[in-house]
Amino acid sequence: MSLLGRDLAERAIARALARGGDFADLYVEDRNGLALSLDDRRLERAQTGRERGASVRVVLGEATYFGHVDGLADDDVLSVAESVSRALDADARAPRALESPTAVSSHPVGERPEDVDVARKADMLRACDEEARGAGGEVAQVTVSYAETRRRVQVFSSEGCTASDDRTRVRLGVQVVARRDGTVETGHETRGGHAGFELLDERPEEVAATAAGRALTMLDAVDAPTGRMPVVVGNGFGGVLLHEAVGHGLEADAVQKHASVYAGKLGERLAEPFVNAYDDGRKPGEWGSDGIDDEGTPTQMTRILEDGRLTSYLYDLLRARKDGVASTGNGRRESFRHLPVPRMTNTYFAPGDATADDLIAGTDRGLYAVSFGGGQVEPATGDFVFGVSEGYLIEGGEVTAPVRGATLIGNGLEALRAIDGVAGDLRIATGFCGKAGQRVAAGVGQPHVRIRGLTVGGTAA
Amino acid sequence: MPADHAAPADGRDLEDIGRRAVEAAVAAGADDAEAWVERSWGREIRVYEGAVESLSEAGARGAGVRVFNGDSPGYAYGTDLSESGLAALARAAAGAAAVTDPDEHAGLPDECGAARVTELSSPDLAAWSTERKVSLALEVERAARTRPGVTQVEDTVYADSEECAAIVNSRGFAASYEATSAWAYASAFAGEGSDLMTGLGVGLGRAPEALDPEAIGGEAADRALALTGARQPGSRRCPVVLDAFVAASFVGFIGGMLSADAVQRGRSLFADREGEEIAAPALRLLDDGTHPDGFASAPFDGEGSPRRRTPLIEEGRLTSYLFDTRTARKAGRATTGSAVRSSYRSPPSVGTANLVIEPGDGDLEALVATARDGLFVTDVAGLHSGVNPISGSFSVGATGRLIEGGELGPPVREITIASDLVSMLRSVRAVGATARWVPFGGSVSAVPLLLGEMTVSGS
Repeated sequence: MSLLGRDLAERAIARALARGGDFADLYVEDRNGLALSLDDRRLERAQTGRERGASVRVVLGEATYFGHVDGLADDDVLSVAESVSRALDADARAPRALESPTAVSSHPVGERPEDVDVARKADMLRACDEEARGAGGEVAQVTVSYAETRRRVQVFSSEGCTASDDRTRVRLGVQVVARRDGTVETGHETRGGHAGFELLDERPEEVAATAAGRALTMLDAVDAPTGRMPVVVGNGFGGVLLHEAVGHGLEADAVQKHASVYAGKLGERLAEPFVNAYDDGRKPGEWGSDGIDDEGTPTQMTRILEDGRLTSYLYDLLRARKDGVASTGNGRRESFRHLPVPRMTNTYFAPGDATADDLIAGTDRGLYAVSFGGGQVEPATGDFVFGVSEGYLIEGGEVTAPVRGATLIGNGLEALRAIDGVAGDLRIATGFCGKAGQRVAAGVGQPHVRIRGLTVGGTAA
Repeated sequence: MPADHAAPADGRDLEDIGRRAVEAAVAAGADDAEAWVERSWGREIRVYEGAVESLSEAGARGAGVRVFNGDSPGYAYGTDLSESGLAALARAAAGAAAVTDPDEHAGLPDECGAARVTELSSPDLAAWSTERKVSLALEVERAARTRPGVTQVEDTVYADSEECAAIVNSRGFAASYEATSAWAYASAFAGEGSDLMTGLGVGLGRAPEALDPEAIGGEAADRALALTGARQPGSRRCPVVLDAFVAASFVGFIGGMLSADAVQRGRSLFADREGEEIAAPALRLLDDGTHPDGFASAPFDGEGSPRRRTPLIEEGRLTSYLFDTRTARKAGRATTGSAVRSSYRSPPSVGTANLVIEPGDGDLEALVATARDGLFVTDVAGLHSGVNPISGSFSVGATGRLIEGGELGPPVREITIASDLVSMLRSVRAVGATARWVPFGGSVSAVPLLLGEMTVSGS
């Protein structure tokens, strides 16, 4: 697969550096996708998209100059290189010759989604709808969505980098609304990965059953308690807490601007010795995995917490160069229209020795937060807020009533320090992460984790 | 930059592309077809510690084609606007329509048209050189950085855009418009370590002239400085004053719930409440798709219906939902011109244009004085995860200052405020007098609001 020939790439990079620059790269992308959604028993939306384009970046000192263009014709690519170079006013720099392509481990794609008949996908959505509606008479509405994307990218740089990647992602999501008298609750579940359609071949209806089960369970919810208490955070999507409250603070752009509470803490003990965590863009088939990042660096498994100590930040090329280290393969972009910034791939706590049952049994009174509706964090302070979409009371070491309206509020450093138990049941879920106006696929995950004390903002009087 | 990139293409060029796309879709078997074509040219300048951190300058283009195969809709978008690219787009849209289920209410609008909207585009934007824009960004940063107590300015951005959009459909409608926008923001820090607090300053307009760098940088600094030393207060029930940023975020959320699509699907707490009293008489809310200062203003909406003003809450009553053609047909009503598109990548859906909270007659000091003892909220976190759209109950994180004896008191953090949206709307006791456009909750002309008692959870 080649979107752009080496000759043209070399000419474009030379042109980009014609008026100076320490570094230049050319990013080339051809993306296409299909999205289907079913709502109110009707397959309402079907849409396809195809976008092709390129972008050029020139770095001089601390400044980056950037431009992009739709289309991959020779003139498109050369003209964007030309226009970016015009922002500079220094002596031309000769780029290194392009090397032979970087070998990358691609993630296995069994059944190419675009080869699967769209009618079969539509049937899958209808089967999910049936499954959810069959879960109980109180199921009032079901929304099922399916998306597949394929992004073929190439990266060329003035340091000689030549790399390419072929990324296929599929994702199935089900949202269920259940209603009883005046009470309405929603349940949500997704399954997705850097994989082909085979990921969804095996009982896709389970996704619908889980979503429906959540909505129905929450109909019995009581108002959430308010105050400080131990919180057991569920595996899988519970990892969004790590992603938001810790991960963003480890991204080197925030660290270098002193906009992170984790700045200057490398090597410090931030958590108990049994706490380990990774950012792993190589993990086979996971949602946030790629062969290379969007600067041509192979993705890797980066240990961010080792025995409770902070061991690494997450780097792209620019920030790595500034700190005199190597990129950790975290320079990601939403598309060719965006500059790369340090971003997480799949971020998760490593499995520990406890079990989820142990963590709950050891809690006299607390909250079991299974899933979050979303969250927000201020990386500079580490302060976070998360809405608990599925949560339960823990009373006398047992999970009891579901609760509605719980909000977790706290601080990343304090929450890390307060982790007093990690189970072994690691799972990674599909998230979308927004930063600097760019939305990328990010895997969030963890085993069950217990936090000794967190403020729960509830709705109970 | 090359001359052909200096400004967006003339609307007629885009209409021609749209016409060819529609013809290709009809040739591919569509009963009805519509094309939305966009071209834009924009810059983003990011500065840090007195120097340019990044400078982006780029154009983008694309088209989205919506077809109807009988009552079944299909959509496809792409960036290849050549003859063969448009033909591929038309085929893809027709293919998509083959898989969807028919919807008797779906289809092109019965009547298309364009409202007269002036001043969407300013010639001043093109007159500014890149160097001058860089200077403006640096001035914003300097204004924030030089305030005593500011420890750092993390991020300062100037951005602008010139865009042109056209719509063409198989019923013979074709129209286009151009718009310009320029905005800047800065994020300042005050304090250090665990006491660090952040503040955001923003400004927006049709051209850089409208941006006051002192005001934007100063606002970022002032908002951060006002919060230094913030602590978690004890829990209480008290009156709450929302500043304009926060009021806009809440109103934006409420605007989303007034979409007839959310209502008809039973996903809105406002379903079956048209005509009912849902707010205090002091609160008046409308959606104005034609306001010259609103960033979402345009002559026509995302499916070619004229934009207009739609009162949403008047005298405390819910006066109307927002409709596009499909939801209007379903409800036996007329569209309110509320079909929105985030870009050519998405088919139209129902949404707000520019929400306007009608100003009242008290300045912020007056609202704070009236509250006497309460909470002044300058930031909320987790609004979209913390609100149940169907019951309207919410619990969101908040930052701000206590109000003590009718004056602003010590700063507070790590609190949540909880209520439900209708109780909150009904508890509006006073509406601020000074409106400003803010990019939170969509595009909102916002004022501060004084609310009755809310549950505030702290330590």
